[in-house]
Amino acid sequence: MRDVAIVAFAQTRHTAHDTGLSEPELILPVINEVKERTGLRRFGFTCSGSCDYLAGAPFSFVSALDAIGAWPPISESHVEMDGAWALYEAWVRLQHGDVDSALVYGFGKSSLGDLRTIMTLQLDPYYLAPLGLDQLSYAALQAAALRADRAELDEIVRRSRADGRDNPYALDLPDEISGSDEVSGSDEVSGSDEVSGGFAVEPLKTSDIAPVTDGAAAVVLAAGDLAAELCERPAHIRGIAHRTEPHYLGMRDLAQSASAADAARAAGVGKGPVDVAELHAQFAHEELILRRALELPDGTVINPSGGPLAANPVMATGLIRIGEAARRVHDGTAERAVAHAAGGPCLQHNLVTVLEA
Amino acid sequence: MANRCAVIGVGQTHYTTKRGDVSIAGLVREAAIRALDDAGLTFKDIDAVVIGKAPDLFEGVMMPEAYLADALGAAGKPMMRVHTAGSVGGSTGLVGASLVQGGVHDRVLVVAFEKQSESNATWALSTHLPFNASLVVGAGGYFAPHIREYMRRTGAPAHIGTLVAVKDRLNALKNPYAHLKIPGIDRRMVESTPMLWEPIRYLETCPSSDGACAMVLSSEAKVTGTPAWVHGAAMRSEPIFRAGRDTVNPRAGKDCAADVYRQAGVTDPRRQIDVAEVYVPFSWYEPMWLENLGFAADGEGWKLTESGATALDGDIPWNASGGVLSSNPIGASGLIRFAEAALQVRGMAGEHQVDGARLALGHAYGGGAQFFAMWIVGRERP
Amino acid sequence: METSETSEPLVARHVLEFPGGYTRTTGPVIGRFLTELRAGRIVGVRTAEGRVLVPPLEYDPASGEPVADGYVEVGPAGTVTASAWVREPRDGHPLDRPFAWAVIRLDGADTSLVHAVDAGSPKALAPGTRVWPVWRQQRQGHITDISHFAPEVTRIVSPIRPEYRIQAGGALRTFLDGIRRGVFLGGRCATCDKVYVPYRASCPECGSAIDQRVELPDTGTITTFAINNLPDPRAPEVPFVSAYILLDGADVPMIALVGGVPAHEVRQGMRVRAEWVPESERALSMANVRWFTPTGEEDAELS
Repeated sequence: MRDVAIVAFAQTRHTAHDTGLSEPELILPVINEVKERTGLRRFGFTCSGSCDYLAGAPFSFVSALDAIGAWPPISESHVEMDGAWALYEAWVRLQHGDVDSALVYGFGKSSLGDLRTIMTLQLDPYYLAPLGLDQLSYAALQAAALRADRAELDEIVRRSRADGRDNPYALDLPDEISGSDEVSGSDEVSGSDEVSGGFAVEPLKTSDIAPVTDGAAAVVLAAGDLAAELCERPAHIRGIAHRTEPHYLGMRDLAQSASAADAARAAGVGKGPVDVAELHAQFAHEELILRRALELPDGTVINPSGGPLAANPVMATGLIRIGEAARRVHDGTAERAVAHAAGGPCLQHNLVTVLEA
Repeated sequence: MANRCAVIGVGQTHYTTKRGDVSIAGLVREAAIRALDDAGLTFKDIDAVVIGKAPDLFEGVMMPEAYLADALGAAGKPMMRVHTAGSVGGSTGLVGASLVQGGVHDRVLVVAFEKQSESNATWALSTHLPFNASLVVGAGGYFAPHIREYMRRTGAPAHIGTLVAVKDRLNALKNPYAHLKIPGIDRRMVESTPMLWEPIRYLETCPSSDGACAMVLSSEAKVTGTPAWVHGAAMRSEPIFRAGRDTVNPRAGKDCAADVYRQAGVTDPRRQIDVAEVYVPFSWYEPMWLENLGFAADGEGWKLTESGATALDGDIPWNASGGVLSSNPIGASGLIRFAEAALQVRGMAGEHQVDGARLALGHAYGGGAQFFAMWIVGRERP
Repeated sequence: METSETSEPLVARHVLEFPGGYTRTTGPVIGRFLTELRAGRIVGVRTAEGRVLVPPLEYDPASGEPVADGYVEVGPAGTVTASAWVREPRDGHPLDRPFAWAVIRLDGADTSLVHAVDAGSPKALAPGTRVWPVWRQQRQGHITDISHFAPEVTRIVSPIRPEYRIQAGGALRTFLDGIRRGVFLGGRCATCDKVYVPYRASCPECGSAIDQRVELPDTGTITTFAINNLPDPRAPEVPFVSAYILLDGADVPMIALVGGVPAHEVRQGMRVRAEWVPESERALSMANVRWFTPTGEEDAELS
């Protein structure tokens, strides 16, 4: 395949509340940042990811086009998926060989509605959605199927929050996690801590849940010689693949992620050491499932950015994983990094990228 | 340069107001399995699936590709979901073709659908957020002023839109999948229907349909059956609020056409292209797009329509299938244009076949006439 | 970003609800399952490989191939393979008291379905627990015809209504602050030298940030328009005219209502002026502009 590299990444300083900025206003600074960093004003291809139901209106992506200076008209497309899949579409487009650069962005404001019940609308509309099965409930079912060790989950949360506090773009979440933290939105746990034991939907604890977050991110891809011209240490995409699996929760083994494992094999994760892995784990137990599916070595640093448990702007979170992994290659802290993005209920759809210096 | 890509299977459902006999999965599977049958393949032979549809509000299922993935045999495979407003069907075809052209996959199934009868398109498209700073009143209300401006600029007589409304519905009578079948339709019938968004009359607008369309796309090495070769593929988008934007003859459409013509070696589209399936949801968009796509000089598109050149027996038939004016499952409408273009050059369009069609244009647009997707397919390998 | 003129937040509730709920056609397989449910039976369907899918699908989820045409009655009892405890049920949940979600393998099935279990306490539902359906008395052919499952022996139209809190901040807020004062605020792109109205944060052409505000007069020219014969809650009557109005000094038109003139007397090039609601009735809303009405000046020349 043609050599394509990530040469720039920018993200918003994510917020746990609605600042009142429109989506185009949210995107504008990160687009300008990657343009400034690369010196590119025009790109061979542009692709974005977002979701109408988060915005509460159809065609939420249309107005974003007015923020990116799309004149003269640009070659552009959009996926109703996390921005990580927009990056995949752009990577495919660069394989054609006739264009050398691509702009990719993802954005979302989870704060506008009740994210937990909006995610219900993604389920099969005959058997699952009419039950009102919400995001926390199905995540809890997966956690129950995994039967993870509580201490291990709590450790993941503590590590993620500590890393998040060191990351200027992530939220500042407290180290203290026993108790009914209000991290996941004020309505998540309203009962007293003694009664709830910190559980949102048992065995899922409130602290296991990625926070409601608004934010956006942008990445620039460059092919061939252009990558080295734009970036001192480009993060070359050595492998990228994604796989989906059956939708119905009862028709899969929820304790594993077969599609993540397939995608990791196809991307070649195991062909070398992995210094850093950024995983799209929106719940603490998902990190355990993913580490196993990707067969990550013990020495791999997981989610040094804090990961989704420290900032989860839905529709950009997966793209941010790729951007954060690339950043470790750019700054020399990693020679080889892995990024993962997920979509669908209970890790139904997984994308894995291998980046090398 | 990009690898060769061919359409080797096409499948469509019958388009109708309400497909009460199928689930959403049943609807998309009907089109997908027909496309696979056409190619002589099964789901096992497919490497990746691309799904396209217009806003999720139409069915009230958010990102339904998650629920539809295994219904389309995608378990264990890559699956993508495209959404680019009204052009989405065309974009879905292009994203699928890109996977083959980029050398990533050999066989890709692309499917686009809409089951509008689950709710109501007018409702879904008028769910205005609070604090809107401008007044947009549905698709017809949006496009009517641009049609009025086209008439002012060109001096086109008022009956041109009527001619297109009649022509496309006559073509639909020859297409077994078409939604609107109005035997005996004529100018008087169209002119007797009320103005909805003046200057647009009721019978000058598209219907609201349930339906799905699918295609199997293949690399050169894996072609089965009768291929339609992709000779050019392009997308263009432009901002809607740019000062001085020409909403009648948008630059993005012109640029997209120029790109796809360059790839296909087309310098004179009127002469070199044998048949075009162009996204015409309101009848006046035929003369407007005739100019935008370079089939006629600026201001002359309506004369080409009036001359009968775009009729099935004209020298450049447009929308031999009956077009969007006859069938409009919104998210699929663009892919249907692309698929009908492929059927024509494969010689498989049945009663609405244009004799000897060798090169065909498929076209889709969306948003405020700001998103464009086009391809050119041919009988011969490029 | 510029700050608004007051600190009062501009917030509204926004609801996406299709009246009456989405009508879903089920197709033959889901329809059969739901019909059997109404009759108090649970069926699965056999795949080509002989596995029994519950709930039944039209296809084998592993391969996408059609299922064989054989329905098999399963259950009614089943075994819990995993469960999650809901301490505080949400509005859409099947039970209004604490309950469990469970993945349940019904007897005779090779796959599992997800449903609610009225288990009393989280401790009562370890993996391996046997559960039975509790049927609703009035069944209608819906997944909720099984009200829920309950541990052994001891004891669905699809309304969708996501609700949002929408805040007008950023450039829109700045613009609406102007509208409350009776002023159209635009912004000039320093790079392109074009004036945009409503005021916006960036230039659609070049992407540059716009930081120069411009106050525009409330007069302009109709560039083009539609006469709408379908009613709209924002228009007082049909027919009504929605027009592109190029405010004097602006480079992009706004879409707005035209009033105070019979619809068929509206012309391209007509000069108009905003008709504001009385100052005492003004809010942070475009509703402050009732419509644009002809000034009586001579028509402008259109390019």
